[in-house]
Amino acid sequence: MTSLIESRSLTIHRPGTTQPVLAQVDFRIQPGEIVTVVGPNGSGKSSLIRALLGHMPLASGQVARRAGLRIGYVPQRVQLDTAIPMTVRRFLSLPTRVSNAEAEQALARTGVPGLGPRQLTQLSGGQFQRVLLARALLRDPHLLVLDEPTQGLDQPGIVVFYKLIEEVRRDTGAAILMVSHDLLVVMRSSDRVVCLNGHVCCEGTPQHVSGAPEYLALFGAGAEGTLALYRHRHDHDHDRVPQGDHLHGPGCRHDHSHAPAAPN
Amino acid sequence: MLDDFFTRAVLAGLGLAMVAGPLGSFVVWRRMAYFGDSTAHAAILGVALALSFEISIYAGTLAVATVMACLVSALVARGQAMDTMLGVLSHSALAVGLVAISFVPSARSDLSSYLFGDILAVGRADLVLIWTGAALVLGLLVLRWQRLVTSSLNEELAMAAGIDPRIERLVLSLALAVVVALAIRVVGSLLISALLIVPAAAARRWARTPELMAAAAAVIAAGAVLAGLWASLRLDTPAGPSIVTAAAIFFLLSQGIRRA
Repeated sequence: MTSLIESRSLTIHRPGTTQPVLAQVDFRIQPGEIVTVVGPNGSGKSSLIRALLGHMPLASGQVARRAGLRIGYVPQRVQLDTAIPMTVRRFLSLPTRVSNAEAEQALARTGVPGLGPRQLTQLSGGQFQRVLLARALLRDPHLLVLDEPTQGLDQPGIVVFYKLIEEVRRDTGAAILMVSHDLLVVMRSSDRVVCLNGHVCCEGTPQHVSGAPEYLALFGAGAEGTLALYRHRHDHDHDRVPQGDHLHGPGCRHDHSHAPAAPN
Repeated sequence: MLDDFFTRAVLAGLGLAMVAGPLGSFVVWRRMAYFGDSTAHAAILGVALALSFEISIYAGTLAVATVMACLVSALVARGQAMDTMLGVLSHSALAVGLVAISFVPSARSDLSSYLFGDILAVGRADLVLIWTGAALVLGLLVLRWQRLVTSSLNEELAMAAGIDPRIERLVLSLALAVVVALAIRVVGSLLISALLIVPAAAARRWARTPELMAAAAAVIAAGAVLAGLWASLRLDTPAGPSIVTAAAIFFLLSQGIRRA
């Protein structure tokens, strides 16, 4: 198996129901690759990540992870319980203890050296994301999984963060799987983009995807190159997905544009 | 030395304080305060059952507290509206326990000793049990410390590291049930959660790491036991409530220190 993680016909149901969150998803990520998953809210992005990591039961299909695969994971919206007193240094040693030198090196690599003695609750959003990334890097991962890592960052912060991600890939050779809303930046730094909406709408190189009608229908015609268009206009009906008659891969050309996709 | 009832009381209180600090810290971190209450209140039902079936009070409370802890744990996992559910369980358990105990004539007279503890009546056997139980629970917490802290901080991060948060939740629930059973003689079922929460809350203000907070909570709990028992002896006040009052005073002092 050359892929780090591979899924075939992965289907997930909403907990306790037979309503699918994701249907028939084929996915793979190769060593050293940067893959970004985009899609509207509720399109199953985080569910896909959790299923690939094995944190979520599958309704059907398979997920295979390469034997001995080390994954560094930064979950979406990590809400830390403020009731726990926790320094950055102590946090880096959870759950595997690391030496002071390793901790400081990881913090320096992610651009926040010397933050060790600070309380987690005193960090800014950007600092906290970097600390989470540093913690993920301490496992010396083959694959970094980042679920909306730039949430809560301002525009310059987002650009700087993606630069950091690219640096990490260059330095460590780790593959990177991201969920993101930051369309423009994603387009620039990914090798491959997967556009998700309950199923894989389209996937391929950023150039391919940004020209695909499915993508434009999801994110609006102006999405290509327009940062203002994070908010997609997507209200067409995918309820027939469970029956399996609405599955399209790359090159699918049917019309998704039910909503007005006026450029902003 | 152990012949002296006061020495035995001090030792029983210290044994409990040693484990109440760290366990109470988890109760504070995971916002399980009501969880502690419902488990502790259920202990009264355990006392009633133990007396009617003539088994050990410890065994009875442990059994009922364990059942309660698992029940609440399962409800949490199902994501029920927690505070309402726990409110219902907690007070129902107490009420049912009090009704049940009224059917046991021998217990009616010293009902208050189960509600508020009777630390001055602790015997040698109690002492052995309290220290053994406390040491076991403390050992369990120390062994699983990294896992417990990680999953208390964030379950998603815990799962990513291969930790099953459900197991850690169960471990804490069981530990809580054991401590509740041990504490029924010392502070009684109404004040057990106070002994868990108040010292931990006092330690929270200035502790920088989870370990410091747990250790500080244990020290504060031990201080409360000593101060409370001393006050109880000098002022002839009830021992259990005096211990919790002392802990509350420590809590107030800790709030002031930070502000000054």
